[in-house]
Amino acid sequence: MKSGWSFAMRAILLSVLCFRPIPSQQRYLSSDVENGSRLYRNNCFACHGPDGNSIPGVDFRRGQFKRASSDEDLLRVIAFGVPGTAMPPTNMNDSARLALVAYLRSMHESATGSGDASRGRALFEGKGGCLGCHRVDGKGSRLGPDLSEVGAIRTAAYLERSLVAPAESILPEHRFVRIVTREGTVITGRRLNEDTHTIQLIDSEERLRSFAKADVREYKLLTTTTMPAYQEKFSPVELTDVVTYLLSLKGLDSQ
Amino acid sequence: MNLQALLLILWLPGGLSAQVTWDRLLHPEREPQNWLTYSGSNSSQRYSTLDQITRDNAKNLEMQWIYQARSLEKFEATPLVVDGVMYLTEPPNNVVALDAKTGAIFWVYEYRPSGDARPCCGAVNRGLAILGDTLFMGTIDARLIAIDAKAGRPVWSVRVGDPKVGYSITHAPLVVKDKVIVGVAGAEYGIRGFIAAYDASTGKEVWRFNTVPGPGEPGHETWAGDSWQHGGGSAWVTGSYDAGLNLLYWGVGNPGADWNGDNRKGDNLYSDCAIALDPDTGKLKWYFQFTPHDEYDYDAVQVPVLMDGNWKGSPRKMMLWANRNGFFYVLDRTNGKFLYGAPFTKQTWALGLDEAGRPIRAANSSPTPGGTLIYPGVQGGTNWYSPSYSPRTGLFYISSWQDYSMNLAKMPAEYSDGQRYTGGAPRSPTPTLQRGPINTWTAENGWGAVVAMDPSTGEKKWQFKMTDVTGSGILSTASDVIFTGGREGYFYALDARNGGMLWKAALGGQVAMGPITYRIDGRQYVAVGAGHALFTFASRQPDQK
Repeated sequence: MKSGWSFAMRAILLSVLCFRPIPSQQRYLSSDVENGSRLYRNNCFACHGPDGNSIPGVDFRRGQFKRASSDEDLLRVIAFGVPGTAMPPTNMNDSARLALVAYLRSMHESATGSGDASRGRALFEGKGGCLGCHRVDGKGSRLGPDLSEVGAIRTAAYLERSLVAPAESILPEHRFVRIVTREGTVITGRRLNEDTHTIQLIDSEERLRSFAKADVREYKLLTTTTMPAYQEKFSPVELTDVVTYLLSLKGLDSQ
Repeated sequence: MNLQALLLILWLPGGLSAQVTWDRLLHPEREPQNWLTYSGSNSSQRYSTLDQITRDNAKNLEMQWIYQARSLEKFEATPLVVDGVMYLTEPPNNVVALDAKTGAIFWVYEYRPSGDARPCCGAVNRGLAILGDTLFMGTIDARLIAIDAKAGRPVWSVRVGDPKVGYSITHAPLVVKDKVIVGVAGAEYGIRGFIAAYDASTGKEVWRFNTVPGPGEPGHETWAGDSWQHGGGSAWVTGSYDAGLNLLYWGVGNPGADWNGDNRKGDNLYSDCAIALDPDTGKLKWYFQFTPHDEYDYDAVQVPVLMDGNWKGSPRKMMLWANRNGFFYVLDRTNGKFLYGAPFTKQTWALGLDEAGRPIRAANSSPTPGGTLIYPGVQGGTNWYSPSYSPRTGLFYISSWQDYSMNLAKMPAEYSDGQRYTGGAPRSPTPTLQRGPINTWTAENGWGAVVAMDPSTGEKKWQFKMTDVTGSGILSTASDVIFTGGREGYFYALDARNGGMLWKAALGGQVAMGPITYRIDGRQYVAVGAGHALFTFASRQPDQK
């Protein structure tokens, strides 16, 4: 009993000392949502499920929690768990917890889309030509980002923005790079990884390539995207259908 | 290197980054620059024809790059190298694709196993298989996952066994034709083991061979009562394949309960066996049981090593096997016939082997409640550590534990779902899986050695002694160099002809995997895992920056 009390006291003290107050209407960084989605998959997915509704009484997509309403509440539950239940404490640092909260909030925003997912799929694979660059469940090109679980990590608003104004919404981790070798060969591909001396990419022939920067004539990170803006190509209804299809992509059920 | 090999290599660059076809997996000798399967070839010799690193210049080896794993589990994985890209598992089940020349990372696939997993002996993983553009990994929570080798994303994932009752997978799968073959571990939890084949493109199970036969299956009569239901028979390491005979070979683990055989009277087939299966159907073609009715945990947790040679004057297709039970065996791999067997380390549980290779048990050698002293100890004369066979020297190289014993106390064994089911407690002055950084070792605890056996005579040609024991795999090359390590954290280049030490590096953590070699841009590399990192070496170059 004594140790229980001291743990509880420590928990309260820590929560007072460690947590920065967060305005409840704060907008979340997309990088936080991205990181949070990874943390979710690794730490929460097994119990809460892909849609965040596997625990009775908790449904992240509906913004429904048992013991939390504010972000501060969520941060506390993530840190210390819920004693007496299967929800364990974690040792995540502040920024990881914030990212996870950002993602939990984004799940609520995402909803499921209001269009027709099967029509959206037909547009995605047909008229849109999206598989020319993207891959879904093993089908399509690996050159662009794989979209097999994009519905689990992106909001409807974000996906729509990506379709309408791709150049503005391309994420740093999806930038393309152009390399000219000493022999004058030009290689363009999606950057996978980079450090001070080397850069790794997947090229247009879907080969994994690694270059020492000292050994190439030039390399340049491209700020443009080859993805066309779909505002002209798709009607508003079609756009909604495609977004709905993308939101339905939750990745491989790995459990 | 011979001219033919050189021509083949010159011819190959057009195939760079090509898919890893079954034909390529059948002929790894055409592309020694790669390491395409767990054991380097379907015959599992862990022998490479690369010969740039020689007995003369091995002293010039220098570190090239290190990959630091983010896991504190034991590093047991053999990497694959495919056209310049290295694929590595990080325990328990993350996969990393690296530039094999620099160690720069292309992608990481993170898999978080279910909390239900009950690994008996470490949440480890021993590696991957590849076919086409797809990698295959067995997981500690008993799934088989196909992963896109270019994108690092899962393609399919299927459940092989139930982790809640102790099923797990630690070994690298083996691809045969269009199938991915894996077995399950978990005898220490009373599983009923099997080896199964899955369609490489869909993950659909094609066949399953029960290593513990049920009612109506041959061998079922070797299990008393219903003991077969929790009879163990794990698969801990990868099997081998002979394309000419179209036979798949696998080693099967101990019966459950490990150290109390009271409830399972009989030989307990196919525990502790080498088995030969038809890879298309999973039908048993032959078996050879090393330790009938095992009460020591002497499972046949070894990679079957296939070689062709002369046996008493006539050509023979053979299988070499240094078993955990302390005996070295030569079998005819066409039919499982016993050709030769003799101890390679001190053993006290058997008086010897009969003409068919069956052990003649020593009196009073069964475990007792008060404890029975047995050689070799529970880790065995060797364990899952990959041996190597060099067709050039004709020698078989094994990592062995010498003069190593246990005091084996028998305890009651009652099965309960997901609980340990071992029926005993082996105690040994030798820590079994790993020890701390302080070494107060003496030879009384046992000692480690790389032993070179001549399979044509059974003669021990040489041994390289270590103060501590060794859990390292072994690599041999066409320049008669052996690479191996040990629990002390040294990585060695040895002279394959006489065991002389050519070079060593202190890597600061135990080597518990099989080193590999590969070549990029004309330069031979050697990679070895030690502690929680992978180290690569190559010869110093004059103009190296």
